Amino acid sequence: MTGVPGSTVPGSTEPGSTEPKPRRGKKAQGGKGRGNARAFWLFVGPFAVGLAVFAYLPIGWSVLLSFFDARDTVTPTRFVGLDNYLHMLTEGPFLASLGTFSLFALFIVPTTFVLSLALALLVNQIGFARAFFRSVFFLPTACSYVVASLVWKLSIFNGVRFGLANTVLGWFGVDNIAWTASTDPPWYWLVLVTLRLWLQLGFYMILFIAGLQRIPRHLYEAAWIDGARPGWQTFRHITLPQLRATSVAVLLLNLIAAYQAFDEFYNVLSTARGYPPFARPPLVYLYYTALGQGGQDFGRGSAGAVILAALIAIVTLLQGKVFGFARRSD
Amino acid sequence: MTQHEHTSVSRRSFLHATGAVALAGAFGPLLAACGSNTGRGASDSQTIQQWYHAYGEPGVQQAVQRYAKDFSDNAGKSKVTVQWNPGDYDSKLSTSLLSGGGPDVFESTLQLSMVRSGQVVPLDDVIAPAKDDFTATILAGHTVDGKIYGVPQAVDMQMLFYRKSLLDKAGVKPPTTVDELIDAAKRLTTDKVKGLFAGNDGGVGVLGGPALWSVGLDYVTPEHKVGFDDPAAATALGKLRELNTSGALLLGAVKDWSEPDAFTQGLAAMQWTGLWAVPAVQKALGDDFGVLPWPKLTDAGKPSVPVGAYGSMVNAKSQHIDEAKAFVKWLWIDHTDYQQDFNTGYGFHIPPRKSLADKADKLKSGPAADAVKFVQQSAKSSNPPEWTQAMSTAYLDAVAKVVRQGSDAATELRTAAGKVTDELKRLYG
Repeated sequence: MTGVPGSTVPGSTEPGSTEPKPRRGKKAQGGKGRGNARAFWLFVGPFAVGLAVFAYLPIGWSVLLSFFDARDTVTPTRFVGLDNYLHMLTEGPFLASLGTFSLFALFIVPTTFVLSLALALLVNQIGFARAFFRSVFFLPTACSYVVASLVWKLSIFNGVRFGLANTVLGWFGVDNIAWTASTDPPWYWLVLVTLRLWLQLGFYMILFIAGLQRIPRHLYEAAWIDGARPGWQTFRHITLPQLRATSVAVLLLNLIAAYQAFDEFYNVLSTARGYPPFARPPLVYLYYTALGQGGQDFGRGSAGAVILAALIAIVTLLQGKVFGFARRSD
Repeated sequence: MTQHEHTSVSRRSFLHATGAVALAGAFGPLLAACGSNTGRGASDSQTIQQWYHAYGEPGVQQAVQRYAKDFSDNAGKSKVTVQWNPGDYDSKLSTSLLSGGGPDVFESTLQLSMVRSGQVVPLDDVIAPAKDDFTATILAGHTVDGKIYGVPQAVDMQMLFYRKSLLDKAGVKPPTTVDELIDAAKRLTTDKVKGLFAGNDGGVGVLGGPALWSVGLDYVTPEHKVGFDDPAAATALGKLRELNTSGALLLGAVKDWSEPDAFTQGLAAMQWTGLWAVPAVQKALGDDFGVLPWPKLTDAGKPSVPVGAYGSMVNAKSQHIDEAKAFVKWLWIDHTDYQQDFNTGYGFHIPPRKSLADKADKLKSGPAADAVKFVQQSAKSSNPPEWTQAMSTAYLDAVAKVVRQGSDAATELRTAAGKVTDELKRLYG
């Protein structure tokens, strides 16, 4: 994850606190320095080894595989240069899924942003039971994607008459809708988007609440003295600019999450026979290419993964350029 | 594949798998070296690991453990441990075979790629004593280049179930052509009941094969060429599209096509599922149902039932290939009583050996007997070894685009045919 300037850690909830937390780090001071260094490696070492073995090694291996004809093997011998990349980048299902999910990101990122900010403002304003509401909206984040997907697919949005959504529609005389199976209109997007919003809003709401509580109270007081009206005017000129760091972080995480969509899509739309060619996230396509049910083309799968990672990096950097996530918020 | 399939995979387990693959690639030789040094002599006490996917019928897990214990205690020189694998068995198996680990003995359908990359050993010597007793079409599904790589364990077949009373009420005869079937589905549809259920994907997954067979085509020709680059295939998919737009198809059921729930709960008057579901349907509906093969569409085509069989195979990277082969022979060739128990003791499957199929009393009457007859007359391999995952994905994408989204059938099929041709060239040169 990319470092975010200005703490957006959900734990920092001191209202009005502007004091930066003391930075932890090495203060090399004689003999104590050596002890600190040892403690540093003691604590960081196992994690770093784990990271190297379980993250960096596979990533490196995957990059290597992407230049080989690696069908049915992870120790390939036939070097094919950029063939795998060319294959993935010629018109086909992978490009189609990248296109679909760029559109999906264009829709879901602003939607999540606006809704989670709105939730945060509401929960932050509320006079009573604030902790209760905060927890209620945050709780779905703790729910497993797989479990939530199954609830959405099998219980709320199943296509038969006793599904929750169809029962409610039935009261108004509306015919049963095959939510996840219907392609015209594509109701499955409704299922997937509501599911994703339910799962994610709470998390981004917490980030925003943390951001809101770091805004110094005196800024608002000064504004009121200068005649600013509470509401839109203070929100537009004080709250929003003060939330810059948080906003950039939320946008960034959101965007990455949109391109990395897998769990809920796979669990809602896949059948034992595979995944339909629509609403197919790039990762799901790569999964079927490289691993799913015996299709073991690790070369092309890895090439696709590298392309996807590069795309996320480029979009993130562009976004950083536009919104300036390296700039300080105050 | 006709076995009960499970698909839930979270991103985490997916990442675990990729990580494990990469790691195994890096350290595989190292681990293998450690693994073989158990400090024991190779011959006196070995452990053979056997894998099954998770069968849905209660009792199967205990049964296979019982067989393994009998072998360990009484017959073999080695101990057999059974691992039961819920979840996405096929992916788990292919990943572990690739990494050089995995079980010594396992059940699987045969894929050409497994043979080409040397993951399985030929079992011709194991099966030799009983070879002629196995149904030829089933054995063909486990044969590549004249060598047999799997001993068929149990035959699964798919067919069309229909509710007799509902057909009578609507004045519909059991359909014998695809057009009659579509007409029947429409006439059986009421505000409470849909005409047909063929999976939540509108039949894309299970009817793609029968659609080709209904016009006399196939996935791949015996000469290893694409079998569906033909206008008749477009016509056949057009019929599936018609079904999908007719409003007579049940979509979005809680359980998918492999379970008979939609049929037994009265949500659909007809359902595409398999022989294994017969006991459950009998329990729920008594005699009020009949079974049919997927009908023909044109005179060039024939009625068909997709048939597949998991075979017992031996991992080529096993440390104990001889013992593993001995166990496979003991269980799936010599012990006919266990084979009988496995096939008909729990859900219904057809024993792949003719001598046992003849003795299977549960398959001698009613719909189960019809199913056996369909297999003898109209069996088509649901997953021939040369039909690889890449080909299947290309074809199913085309079918889904035509059937569910209304794309042009000829164009989509030609795109799929191109990909299948590439893959065939890679495999056969």
